Amino acid sequence: MKTIQFREAIAEAMSEEMRKDESIFLMGEEVAEYNGAYKASKGMLDEFGPDRVIDTPISELGFSGIAVGSAMNGNRPIVEFMTFNFALVGIDQIINNAAKIRQMSGGQFNCPIVFRGPTGSAGQLAATHSQAFESWYANCPGLKVVVPSNPRDAKGLLKAAIKDDDPVIFMESEQMYGDKGEVPEGEYTIPLGVADIVREGSDVTIVSFGKIIKEAHKAADELAKEGVNCEIIDIRTVRPLDFDAIINSVKKTNRLVILEEAWPFGNVATEITYQVQSQAFDYLDAPVQKINTADTPAPYSPVLLAEWLPNHQDVIKAVKKVLYK
Amino acid sequence: MEKITKEVYLKWYEDMLFWRKFEDKLAAVYIQQKVRGFLHLYNGQEAVLAGALHAMDLSKDKMITAYRNHVQPIGMGVDPKRVMAELYGKVTGTSQGMGGSMHIFSKEKGFYGGHGIVGGQIPLGAGLAFADKYFKRDGVTICYMGDGAVRQGSLHETFNLAMLWQLPVVFVCENNGYAMGTSVARTSYSTEIWKLGLGYEMPCGPVDGMDPVTVAKEMSKAIERARSGGGPTFLEMKTYRYRGHSMSDAQHYRTKDEVEEYKKIDPITQVLDIIKEKEYASDDEIKTINKRVKDKVSECEKFAEESEYPPISQLYDMVYEQEDYPFLQHKL
Ligand SMILES: Cc1ncc(C[n+]2csc(CCOP(=O)(O)OP(=O)(O)O)c2C)c(N)n1
Ligand SMILES: [Mg+2]
Repeated sequence: MKTIQFREAIAEAMSEEMRKDESIFLMGEEVAEYNGAYKASKGMLDEFGPDRVIDTPISELGFSGIAVGSAMNGNRPIVEFMTFNFALVGIDQIINNAAKIRQMSGGQFNCPIVFRGPTGSAGQLAATHSQAFESWYANCPGLKVVVPSNPRDAKGLLKAAIKDDDPVIFMESEQMYGDKGEVPEGEYTIPLGVADIVREGSDVTIVSFGKIIKEAHKAADELAKEGVNCEIIDIRTVRPLDFDAIINSVKKTNRLVILEEAWPFGNVATEITYQVQSQAFDYLDAPVQKINTADTPAPYSPVLLAEWLPNHQDVIKAVKKVLYK
Repeated sequence: MEKITKEVYLKWYEDMLFWRKFEDKLAAVYIQQKVRGFLHLYNGQEAVLAGALHAMDLSKDKMITAYRNHVQPIGMGVDPKRVMAELYGKVTGTSQGMGGSMHIFSKEKGFYGGHGIVGGQIPLGAGLAFADKYFKRDGVTICYMGDGAVRQGSLHETFNLAMLWQLPVVFVCENNGYAMGTSVARTSYSTEIWKLGLGYEMPCGPVDGMDPVTVAKEMSKAIERARSGGGPTFLEMKTYRYRGHSMSDAQHYRTKDEVEEYKKIDPITQVLDIIKEKEYASDDEIKTINKRVKDKVSECEKFAEESEYPPISQLYDMVYEQEDYPFLQHKL
């Protein structure tokens, strides 16, 4: 094992795959000369040159579409969005083209492409720069959606995403790039669609993913002091979602809390809740609780943002509620 | 255009100096973490604003820009104390703390934001002009954008529509040389941005954006064209930003010498030189102005510091006009 930053895990995953496969390129704003807006492609221009590590203008629609077109003609592009907020300008190319080309062409074309970048809030950046898009993309058949929460998963999952023959949305966080964690020394991948039980426990299941899962860990640490054993499942892939892992856990703990940084209406937690009540209704000892961001655009002011964004105290409250404590 | 008199030069000097010092203060309190998020400062680009304001009719003309937007509303007449308070996230801010650095708005003063998505304000600017034309008001909209923003598809769709419908709008590209760390040359086949107007047969041209006199003259022609029904204009103002893109920019993409070269044609210095040369003000009078500027900036800081944060309930007060909108609960 070695300890690296999240951003290094991203760069290693991309670089290792690019060494093996000439058809892969990285394209996006500031990815080359600036080494990535968040330094997630550090050193890659030096190693691969400007034909494969490509700076673009601020033209998300154009370069997303060009990448999709190139994928229809032999490339395996990695497209970096400075954040997924800006992918909205190019989302037509993702939803109408990348996600649909295979089916519409009767399977003639596939679209082996990765769109990656930060999702969610990152401090006081206000309404347009703080949006979580996991459930938006996960709603769209044809796409896969991956949201790692630590360097080891980020590297293994990104390598799997790059090798995947379908379009993958790979979501990071500005607030995770500096996180350090252990990753295996050698070659490894982590399959898409497999959740990870990151903390075993018997009293309650907490499901989460991405950077907000840290709040679940903090809550579990506090609750342990009160004798409550939380099981934490990091789903890692939002689409396809490993419902079995969640249902098996709920069958053991009989209680479920879901923590997701997203607006509450029709999000990932909503779908998990539906699946659990339909497949494990008899095992539930309490209604499922979900914790989300407020049902409003993100505010700027620090006091309002603190109310808007869920934290470990909210998780503790929800756990106590499902335990009738 | 009104003549550029002694009073105009003195106003330009004081305004531009105030904008500069206001931004410097924000940089200082940002480092103290009193202001958070991104912080994009206008230092170096002041002439683009000063010249435009001289050419505008503030009783009816409008302005819209991107996220580098703290001083434009001040120029339009917004109380700078409220702009500073917005950056502090205080309830006395222009958006009551909801928008922060990138989102200053003032309906009262005709300042339409403050937009964080690059290029997003370009169609909006044309839309403001659409409404003025629709209601037969003779206001003109000044729509600013960066050199990076002109690479958005929104510009191209909007240019065609604005010409097709002959909207009373002046599109102004503030070419400060860089979009974050990317120079214009590295992301443009043609680096003469003003030529983007040619494909739409929109009147267009380059302007020295470091000199408020040139800016005022060119803006004035464009505004008069728009006001008299002659449709849009596209001007590329060649300017420069002295500071980094935002506060976390190490600026490896340019040399210190390059920044120093531009400081030689600094808009504030240029105006001050004329004031001195023409003896529009004595050294003492200039000192008085400098002191006034300094005091005004301190007042803004004090006001922002002493203001209250918004009440938590405000989170739900701002989203809809409907007063009893049934928001979903997000936590217990
Ligand atoms: C659609 C979109 N893509 C990317 C960004 C991130 N971003 C913010 S500012 C910026 C550079 C813009 O440069 P320019 O238009 O020249 O304006 P300047 O900052 O120089 O005033 C970028 C890439 C964004 N906000 N919106
Ligand atoms: Mg620029």
